[in-house]
Amino acid sequence: MQRIGVFVCWCGSNIAGTVDVRAVAEALSREPGVVFSCDYQYMCSKTGQDMIKDAVREHKLTGIVVCSCSPRMHEQTFRKTAAAAGLNPYMVEIANIREQCSWVHKDMIVGTEKAIILGRAAVAKVNLNSPLTPGESPVTKRALVIGGGIAGIQTALDIADAGFKVDIVEKKPTIGGKMAQLDKTFPTLDCAACILTPKMVDAAQHENIRIFSYSEVEEVRGFVGNFDVKIKKKARYVNEDICTGCGACVDKCPMKKVPNEFNLGMDMRRAIYIPFAQAVPKVATIDPSACNMLKNGKCGVCQKVCTAGAIDYTQKDEYIDEKYGAIVVATGYDPISLEKFDEYAYNQSKDVITSLEFERLTNAAGPTAGKLLRPSDGRHPEKIVFVQCVGSRCASCAEKGKEYCSKICCMYTAKHAMLTRDKYPDTEVYVFYIDVRTPGKSFDEFYRRAVEEYGVKYIKGTVGKVVPEGDKLLVQAADLLTNTQMHIDADLVVLAAAIEPDKSARSLATMLTASMDTNDFFTEAHPKLRPVESPTAGVFLSGACQGPKDIPETVSQAGAAASKVIGLLAKDKLIGNPCVASSNELMCNGCSSCERVCPYGAITYENKEFRMPDRTVKVRRVARVNPAVCQGCGCCTVTCPSGAMDLRGFENSQIMAEVDAICK
Amino acid sequence: MQVKEYKPLIVAFCCNWCSYAGADLAGNNRANYPAEVKIIRVPCSCRVNPTFILRAFQKGADGVIICGCHPGDCHYTSGNYYTRRRMAMLFSMLDFLGIERERTRVEWISAAEGAKFSATMNEFANTVAALGENKRLEDLRCKK
Repeated sequence: MQRIGVFVCWCGSNIAGTVDVRAVAEALSREPGVVFSCDYQYMCSKTGQDMIKDAVREHKLTGIVVCSCSPRMHEQTFRKTAAAAGLNPYMVEIANIREQCSWVHKDMIVGTEKAIILGRAAVAKVNLNSPLTPGESPVTKRALVIGGGIAGIQTALDIADAGFKVDIVEKKPTIGGKMAQLDKTFPTLDCAACILTPKMVDAAQHENIRIFSYSEVEEVRGFVGNFDVKIKKKARYVNEDICTGCGACVDKCPMKKVPNEFNLGMDMRRAIYIPFAQAVPKVATIDPSACNMLKNGKCGVCQKVCTAGAIDYTQKDEYIDEKYGAIVVATGYDPISLEKFDEYAYNQSKDVITSLEFERLTNAAGPTAGKLLRPSDGRHPEKIVFVQCVGSRCASCAEKGKEYCSKICCMYTAKHAMLTRDKYPDTEVYVFYIDVRTPGKSFDEFYRRAVEEYGVKYIKGTVGKVVPEGDKLLVQAADLLTNTQMHIDADLVVLAAAIEPDKSARSLATMLTASMDTNDFFTEAHPKLRPVESPTAGVFLSGACQGPKDIPETVSQAGAAASKVIGLLAKDKLIGNPCVASSNELMCNGCSSCERVCPYGAITYENKEFRMPDRTVKVRRVARVNPAVCQGCGCCTVTCPSGAMDLRGFENSQIMAEVDAICK
Repeated sequence: MQVKEYKPLIVAFCCNWCSYAGADLAGNNRANYPAEVKIIRVPCSCRVNPTFILRAFQKGADGVIICGCHPGDCHYTSGNYYTRRRMAMLFSMLDFLGIERERTRVEWISAAEGAKFSATMNEFANTVAALGENKRLEDLRCKK
């Protein structure tokens, strides 16, 4: 028989406000096995934990029930407390009477009644708990960073500087990501390339970093500390090791009419190309959809002009298998497609552009060499209208936009407006906004400078329609502060399109079994306390894949993710989860049902000798669970026809006892 | 004479990785749902043995709901697919035994869907309440 202590937490007034904690402690003291019960304001505080430790010693407790917040919050805390008092940490059960009781019920009587039942179920479970000892597994001291933008680069650099090996997998031919496309960055207006490209070079030259560019993650197996990853290195038809990046092939390539994705299709590139001058690795890549040689075997110019002999038309996709201890997701974002926003005439006029396109237009390395010219006729625009929240904060139009705020648009639009007025003071600049949100450090000062120093005309209101008329764009808008209709004949309209997670994120999340929210942003393990960890152990989040972020925030999150990875890789052994399946050999009949449903291949079979009552020996085939591989889902326990398989910590008898306690 | 309002008893099996966290989120957002819903935490919806559900009905539960991760999002890759198949079988058997189809349910609720959790529970509790007490599988020996 267990000796159980029940500890009811008030959580200030969070629980005590709706639940009569005294009554709960009193009622639970009469439950079978309970020898001690008390309540306290904050069980998780040092005093509360000391109360638990004292009670364990004083009353010789063998099990603990804490009626408090969610086990996702403080289960670990109370397990540690139990361990400190000399009790097996798995003899602790939490009754969730905050999130699942006091916070969702308003009536004191109802809340108290439910809290007692939840406590009773936990007591019933602890009565059947047995001490568990976790197994250990080794840690592969190598990290994988998926995505080579500023988030991925910074994470990789931080991990590598701590002395661990890191691989970056980037699907594009070069690392750098979105930041490489930007012109200047708010609020300091330093140029993106000047601060990014040295980091790209650092990553390429770091002895602990390997970069797999033009590569994708194909398959992920395994678990924290021991991931097996298959990486597909796409054929670039150029031998990376030999190519010097001289660019002779690019100059001579006769296929000149391929839209340049780096400049968002605003100019053309060749079929063989280097995305931009500072690309890392600086090697050429052949676009197989455009190259004549690859399509119909006619051309071969690049091979002739390459003095290094790096061109290889027969190159095939290559697969690399590597083991990793930790995986960091840094897949970043993309602006949404504006196809459904007909009212802004994005598809009708070349002079309606997105903010990212504007970035390329003002970038000295962009298609216009930094001159702000209209894409349609190359004329300098005299009146520019910026429209904010295109597809952001779009609760009423969720089918075409996003409900959330994209966070970065207010600031980059202020930057665009300011830079335009700075370079071309004769230009009239209007910004239409719903709200201007400037919560970062030095952000509001930046925005005020745009208005006060640079004379940008900020108008609170929405743009209803943009109509191309001749070479002008007629912008119809409403000024909400003066409640007037406005008509502006603009030369250029810039749309601050909402941002969304990269398209590859969804399939990657499935591969990693990492969870996502309804917008396909990766979910963090805890929104406040574990913001860079995914709920899946060993998977970490860096940058905009977790939610819209600007560069300073991305870099700090990248560093945070790196420190979590370093903490993991610094361990020689990982303590596993002891709540794994185990088979009762006496009951197992070796039918293989469990083996078939196990997603991890944790179950094997062996022939075991059993001594029979008549002293003969019989050999039977029985299942055996590898506790290091088992993740504890419990699928096998339900499949087992003979009831031999059970899950430690969630045993059949324990869940039955909970059901009984609830239905009493 | 005072008539006691009938409150159904509902057992909810929630996957630790999604719906249990979804229920926590519902709590964080103070999204109310009836107190008749009692949650049992399981590591994965595929841990729910059909006998647990039969036991709940035997002991007097009026409705049982199993909540797991959305198809494709199972923390253990494929557990929820097994749940879906097993429960399809079980529910049709329960239907055969005379337990109304509406008393049992499988729902996919992610960790981010607190609002969906509370909406589902409200709706399920109303449905079960409308059906009234569950007598068919109740073990009379359990009655005092």
